[in-house]
Amino acid sequence: MKARVTVTLKSGVLDPQGKAIEGALRSLGIDGVAAVRQGKVFDIELDGGDRAKVEALLKQAADKLLANTVIENYHVEVLG
Amino acid sequence: MKAAVLVFPGINRERDMARTLRLTSGREPAMVWHTEHDLPAGTDLVVVPGGFSYGDYLRCGAIAARSPVMDAVRKFAAGGGLVLGVCNGFQILCESGLLPGVLMRNENLRFICRDVFLKVERSDTPFTRGYNAGQVVRVPVAHGEGNYIADGETIARLEGDGRVIFRYCGPDGMIDPDWNHNGALNAIAGIVNDGGNVLGMMPHPENHVEADIGSTDGRGLFAGLAEALKKAA
Repeated sequence: MKARVTVTLKSGVLDPQGKAIEGALRSLGIDGVAAVRQGKVFDIELDGGDRAKVEALLKQAADKLLANTVIENYHVEVLG
Repeated sequence: MKAAVLVFPGINRERDMARTLRLTSGREPAMVWHTEHDLPAGTDLVVVPGGFSYGDYLRCGAIAARSPVMDAVRKFAAGGGLVLGVCNGFQILCESGLLPGVLMRNENLRFICRDVFLKVERSDTPFTRGYNAGQVVRVPVAHGEGNYIADGETIARLEGDGRVIFRYCGPDGMIDPDWNHNGALNAIAGIVNDGGNVLGMMPHPENHVEADIGSTDGRGLFAGLAEALKKAA
C-alpha cells in the first residue's frame, strides 16, 4: 500500500524560502504568482493493507517526526 | 563538574565544547554516543553541542531529537539536571520538546558566521551566575537557522517568567533590529525551560574562552556552571 504525507507551514508562519522562490518566479517573468509557500511531500510504502490502520499509523508518524506541529500542518493520503 | 557531551552523526563542535569544559572545570567530559540509553553515572551537566546532526535532514535537529540518548536526557532534565544546548544543540532541544518554539531559517536567508553581542538578561541562573545582569558579551554565531519563533502565548509566557536569558544587542546593550542578525522574535538568542535547568542558545560561548582567540567573554558561562555544580556537590 502506498501513501503520501504532505507537510505545509501553518498560515502566519514566515516562510523565507517560499518568499525567495516567489521572487525568483517573478524574475523569470512568470506572471500572476501572488504567493508561494514551500512544503514537503513524503511518499511512503507500507506493508499493511488495512486502510484505517495505515492512516492511524501515518498520523502517528507525522505527529512524532515528519511534521513539527508548532509550525507545520500535515495531510495524510492513503493512495491504495 | 561531571559533564557529558552528546555526540550525533554530523555534529562538529563537540571537541570545541569538550576542550572548553576541560579548560574551565579542570575535568575531561564524557563523550556520549547517540545510541546510548543511559548517561554516565554521576553526570551533573549534559551538553548538546553544535554542528549539523544528520546533515540537517528533515528539519534541523529533528532526527537527533528522536535518538535513544535523548530519552535519557529527558529523564535527567525532569529530575532537575542541568542541560545546555548550543546552536544545533538548541535546535535539538526544541525538537525534543525540552524547550518551546522553533529555530527557523534566518530572515535574510544567509548562513551567518561572525561575532555578535549578547545582553545577559539575568545573572541568577546556574548558567549566567558568572555574569552580571545587563552585561554585554561578544561571542560568535555560525548558523543558517537561528531565527527563533514561537506562538504569541509562548512568547508572552517566556517574557513574563523571565525565561529569555540572552538577547542579540548592539555593543552598548541596546536591543536594535540592526543587531538582530537572524530576525529572531524579540531578539531572542537563548531561553530556559520552565524549571530553569535547561538552556538553549544559538551563539557559541565555548569558542570565546581563551585570550589567544581574542575574547574570553564566553568563559563566564562555563566558569559559572562549574561553580554552581561545585556548590551543589
